Amino acid sequence: MSLIEVKHLKVHYPVRTGFWNRITSYVKAVDDVSFNIEAGQTYGLIGESGSGKSTTGKAIVGLEKVTSGQILYEGQDITKASVRKSMHYNKDVQMIFQDSLSSLNPRKRIEDIIAEPIRNFEHLAPTDEQKRVQQLLDIVGMPSDSIYKYPFEFSGGQRQRIGIARAVATHPKLIIADEPVSALDLSVQAQVLNFMKDIQQAYHISFLFISHDLGVVKHMCPDMAIMNQGRFVETGTREDIYEHPQHIYTQRLLSAIPEVDPTHRQQNRKHRQAVEKKFQSEKKDYYDQNGRVFDLQQLTEHHAAAVKPEQADLCRQEIEHDRYPDELPLRMEVE
Amino acid sequence: MPDETTHLLDIQHLHTGFRVGDAFYDAVDDINLTLDKNEILAIVGESGSGKSTLATSIIGLHNPKNTRVRGTIAYNGQNLVGLDETAFNKIRGNDIGMIFQDPLSALNPLMRCGDQIAETLKYHTKLNKQERKEHVLAILERVGIPNPKLTYRQYPHELSGGMRQRIIIAIAIACKPPIIIADEPTTALDVTIQAQILDLLEDIEKETGSGIILITHDLGVVAETADRVAVMYSGQIVEEAPVNELFAHPLHPYTRSLLNSMPQLDNVEDKLHVIQGTVPSLKDMQPDGCRFAPRIPWIPASAHEAHPTMHEVGPNHYVRCTCYKTFHFQDALSSVEGGIVNVTD
Repeated sequence: MSLIEVKHLKVHYPVRTGFWNRITSYVKAVDDVSFNIEAGQTYGLIGESGSGKSTTGKAIVGLEKVTSGQILYEGQDITKASVRKSMHYNKDVQMIFQDSLSSLNPRKRIEDIIAEPIRNFEHLAPTDEQKRVQQLLDIVGMPSDSIYKYPFEFSGGQRQRIGIARAVATHPKLIIADEPVSALDLSVQAQVLNFMKDIQQAYHISFLFISHDLGVVKHMCPDMAIMNQGRFVETGTREDIYEHPQHIYTQRLLSAIPEVDPTHRQQNRKHRQAVEKKFQSEKKDYYDQNGRVFDLQQLTEHHAAAVKPEQADLCRQEIEHDRYPDELPLRMEVE
Repeated sequence: MPDETTHLLDIQHLHTGFRVGDAFYDAVDDINLTLDKNEILAIVGESGSGKSTLATSIIGLHNPKNTRVRGTIAYNGQNLVGLDETAFNKIRGNDIGMIFQDPLSALNPLMRCGDQIAETLKYHTKLNKQERKEHVLAILERVGIPNPKLTYRQYPHELSGGMRQRIIIAIAIACKPPIIIADEPTTALDVTIQAQILDLLEDIEKETGSGIILITHDLGVVAETADRVAVMYSGQIVEEAPVNELFAHPLHPYTRSLLNSMPQLDNVEDKLHVIQGTVPSLKDMQPDGCRFAPRIPWIPASAHEAHPTMHEVGPNHYVRCTCYKTFHFQDALSSVEGGIVNVTD
């Protein structure tokens, strides 16, 4: 059984207008999203700003009120706060935030910051508590004298590691990582990603990895979903998404990643512009008349894309053809 | 090297120091750089490497009370260092355009977008109000705004991030300046918008023949757009080369480590390369010796120069310090990708 099963999750915000401040419409931040996170695995959520990926993460932790749908944890629906409390859900699910400076209390020492979740859920003697904090700092590779320092005394990467130490403090089963490295430099980013992988192996933690950086997600996540306008446009394994993208939005997103190879620059640019053109002209085939993304169609066992039902068969053939390319060519390669 | 007078911008021995207490500490330390017409020069570095300080030194945005700028920045026969405000205001916008990282905080929230672009024209040209408006509408169209007439009357908060960045670019290119400085122009944007903005910058460079200084920390952006690259570390340029050369044969340990710590798209299971230690703060920078040495402690001190200088290792390819000759990665595993280089000199 999966650790977390998200079923038809919807988070809608009311839009109030007029003199009576009546609800006139809704902003559908998350609109009917379903996925599973397996124990000890990393699930990636990719999307541009405003796609609803952070809202999904917050809804799972319980920071966002769910409009409808279920989030099953060990078979129980935890969308109600009372259920979360009764089954230690708040202890088992923790979060790492994007901006490490604003997520740490500037007036607290590192010791108190990391000990806060421990104090919430366990009652330890002060010496034991300090020992635990030291252990946690060791795990994330911070010097032992840092417990008496304040957040501003650390660099961005160190602060992000303190955030990770705090998230790991309660021995969680799932950590929601909301853009954990997007504010960091390249070399520091590598450090934090390595730590996350180490911790995952050592403590068998699941991650929900929310990011807009396709390179980082490819490195971290074996399974992932691409989000657009509050809905999933494509889900699948790393290979499915990066090698056989079916939805036009996924293809557009992938073509926009800058490549670290200046010799193919012109080809990349041409390819990108061709995909963009295709996106503009074929938009209506992938979005309905209201601009809403279609429902997901299962293409293979683990690959699904939001295409029209009649298109799904064609996509299946294409994937089949990509796998066994010795048959006749089906798709024209985009120049 | 071509004759010095042909360079659009010629920076020699530039030092920019900030006051901490009673002393000045150089955030930009002895930079020599040139920019030519029709060229995109990328300056790459991590935060704290001094790349933005370099940009603000060129355009003279430092407070002289707390900053000390020395050296020469030669543009069009005059030295930009030490110019007074009146003289600088004639240059800003007209000769050097600047594109900032965060478009929302760079725009005036109380002014309509069109008026903000017209403001530059009003200051630098003799166009009348009607001509200015026509000019602005043409520029808005040029930077890819779908409905220029509507956008002219809109306020910055009504626009999306990509659109706001286009307004910033429109302000920067309004007077067709020969030099454009773009300080992290796409960091706050999504990848698809980033690609569009970079394409736009490249087109502008081709059309107007401007020289563009592109400051970024994203090596992917560099590989896609730059012609020449300067890698900065702790206030100094550690490597300078044409873009193909730099990515094919990176030499300086810092450049190689940086390239190595990128998530590689092919080997996903491997661990990422981590550069030990941190970028030194302004106060802790060593005045002399190789500044990258503390982060590669397994390289013996004898491999470094006492007073590192730039060495020419190929056509237009310069590397600071001699440590690149003996540099190797600590663990054999991480040196597989992009690490092994054949040095022939």
